[in-house]
Amino acid sequence: MAKLTFVGGIHPYDGKEMSKDRPIQDLVPGNELVYPLSQHIGAPDEALVAKGDRVLAGQKIAESKAFVSAPIHASVSGTVKAIEPRRVAAGDMVTSIVVENDGLYEDIGFYPLAPLEKLSREEIIDVVREAGIVGMGGAGFPTHVKLSPKRPQKIEYVIANCAECEPYLTSDYRRMLEEPEKLIGGLKIIQSLFENAQGVLAVEDNKPDCISLLRQLTKDEPGISVRALKTKYPQGGERSLIYAVTGRKINSQMLPADVGCVVNNVDTMVAVYRAVVEGRPLLERIVTVTGDAVASPRNFRVKIGTSYQDVLNAAGGFRVEPEKIICGGPMMGVSMFDLNVPVTKTSTALIGLTVDEVSSLKPGPCINCGRCVEVCPGRVIPSRLADYAERFDEKAFLDNYGMECCECGCCSFVCPAKRPLTQEIKSMRKIQLAKRKK
Amino acid sequence: MSGLFKVSSNPHIRSKMTTDMIMMTVVVALLPAAGFGIYNFGPRALLVILVTVISTVMTELLYWLFMRYLCGQKQRELTVADLSAVVTGLLLALNLPVTIPLWMAALGGVFAILVVKMLFGGLGQNFMNPALAARCFLLISFPVQMTNFVCDAYTGATPLTALKAGEQVNVMDMVLGHTGGTIGETSVIAIVIGACILILAGIIDLRIPGSYLVTFALFVCIFGGRGFDLNYITAQLSGGGLMLGAFFMATDYVTRPITIRGQYVYGVILGLLTGIFRIFGPGAEGVSYAIILGNLLVPLIEKYTRPTAFGYRRGGARHEK
Repeated sequence: MAKLTFVGGIHPYDGKEMSKDRPIQDLVPGNELVYPLSQHIGAPDEALVAKGDRVLAGQKIAESKAFVSAPIHASVSGTVKAIEPRRVAAGDMVTSIVVENDGLYEDIGFYPLAPLEKLSREEIIDVVREAGIVGMGGAGFPTHVKLSPKRPQKIEYVIANCAECEPYLTSDYRRMLEEPEKLIGGLKIIQSLFENAQGVLAVEDNKPDCISLLRQLTKDEPGISVRALKTKYPQGGERSLIYAVTGRKINSQMLPADVGCVVNNVDTMVAVYRAVVEGRPLLERIVTVTGDAVASPRNFRVKIGTSYQDVLNAAGGFRVEPEKIICGGPMMGVSMFDLNVPVTKTSTALIGLTVDEVSSLKPGPCINCGRCVEVCPGRVIPSRLADYAERFDEKAFLDNYGMECCECGCCSFVCPAKRPLTQEIKSMRKIQLAKRKK
Repeated sequence: MSGLFKVSSNPHIRSKMTTDMIMMTVVVALLPAAGFGIYNFGPRALLVILVTVISTVMTELLYWLFMRYLCGQKQRELTVADLSAVVTGLLLALNLPVTIPLWMAALGGVFAILVVKMLFGGLGQNFMNPALAARCFLLISFPVQMTNFVCDAYTGATPLTALKAGEQVNVMDMVLGHTGGTIGETSVIAIVIGACILILAGIIDLRIPGSYLVTFALFVCIFGGRGFDLNYITAQLSGGGLMLGAFFMATDYVTRPITIRGQYVYGVILGLLTGIFRIFGPGAEGVSYAIILGNLLVPLIEKYTRPTAFGYRRGGARHEK
């Protein structure tokens, strides 16, 4: 069978060998855990606790009434030290609950609502919501919203996004190798919500061990198939993935459900399994700590709210002073100027790079070479869009499908003139999205 | 931990390919054709090449000095190091007859860089291929010297002129390059070696050369008056600047459409124009004019071949539902 893929994309150095063979280790959190009230797309939460309150691990400490939102839980036991603005990975200040860890790790006790067979569709979605589960691949879209399409019977595919196409990241890879039954369990729970859906585990073919393991474990499951995807960035982008698996195309105005698909990341599916079967809310995630500046690249199971500094220290700190640190992958992650930032539900990795390629390169004039056009998975003309954005020509930007950019970064990556194409398009998109909201 | 880390917008990694490397690769790919020209026409060919390259590079340098120190553009950066002027100079030389007076070759270099490139905004902004525009400028200004292909090695007409007059030509000689013509256009083999370098290095693809050559071959097949005469078609394909034009000048990034469908359209238009100029025009040549005319059509081609974004039907709504 031909490898499933999409048109465009790039093949950057993947750097996964640094951390891929490191089993997941539990990370002991530090004294202070910080929970920003907005770790998801949608309305920010409001704190349910006050300064001085004692909280237990698993206790809900913030939530919002809005449908598109997800509650936040304390991941350790301790005392609320403050509720104040704290710096987050993206660089801005977000109101956060700060918990002083008492080191006892007392929890509220985790019990499933009912045995899986007895749960109704609505109850499962409610459990997912109450557990605070969001898209853990980086986007942070509340999962219960994804699981509540208008017409559930129209959903034909539940796709587990196991592509992990970002260079350097190995958290999903380790998860698949170490806890595949939870991933498959999560997939089956989500599949059970949609009577007409088949389950697909879509894995990039640079992880043959995962493919054979998952195939082995699902060989008696007629409703689930494991599909090998061509290794290419951004294969794990939602639109690229849906096209690769089903041949269906969605644009920025559409939801996966419009073409009968529900897509969730590996870690999200595991979180769904743990919430529904074990009754545990989302308290931790897998974080890859890697990069040529890190002494000992690792994969950690990290309690949400842990400071990046603690995560880094557990990996032996920096081998040499890095020029740049990135939260997330090198293609779509954000660079941080400071390590005193908490791990959130969407933090996939911490990467330390000894050389910051970007600041050493000087942008030159566009020579119209068309490389950005060849690689763009959105099939637009990035060099022209960046030009419209630079001149603030909104009409031309919109007329030429500027809003279809998924900000994957392929155009900036290939540009021989080293122009910051993604950045310019991104800024313009932000302005246009803000205008739409008004 | 000392101070803060560097921040920038994503992505945080970049490919190794740079503009300078692309230009360097093009220079290397032109060397077989240039080398064959020197072998075929003697050391004067090398002299012509040196004169045009020095002329283009010096023009860019002097223009920069002029703008920076006399027009007060203190921020202006010197762009000579990107090698694009070298590429222009080399291409221009390969499009000149070996007998050309050296001052004329130098003038062509000045025209290419000053008028066609720098006055329109420098690298990436020229609307015509500078080397070809300069060639056409010289052809119009000095038609006699520009079409004097009589030199020590060759005394007769170029194969295309002979072909047009109805004479038989030796196709094998044309493929190898043992014929009269401009310095770099005669050897199909040398040009194709260069083209292979460009294709393997990922600098060009076959969309434009392919559609150009196929269209042209079909055109001469239908309108050439000799039907499907393989010998004739091969001679037409090998003669004149067609191969050099199709692989090295029609593929010039700046002056070809950036849209993928547009590149096919552009190739077809070049094929048709070259065919019309060669078969129905007064001269035997037509590639240079076809390409610069095609350059002028690029904005129009791009307008009508604008890609449809992923997930949209062609001609569908663009924004807002």
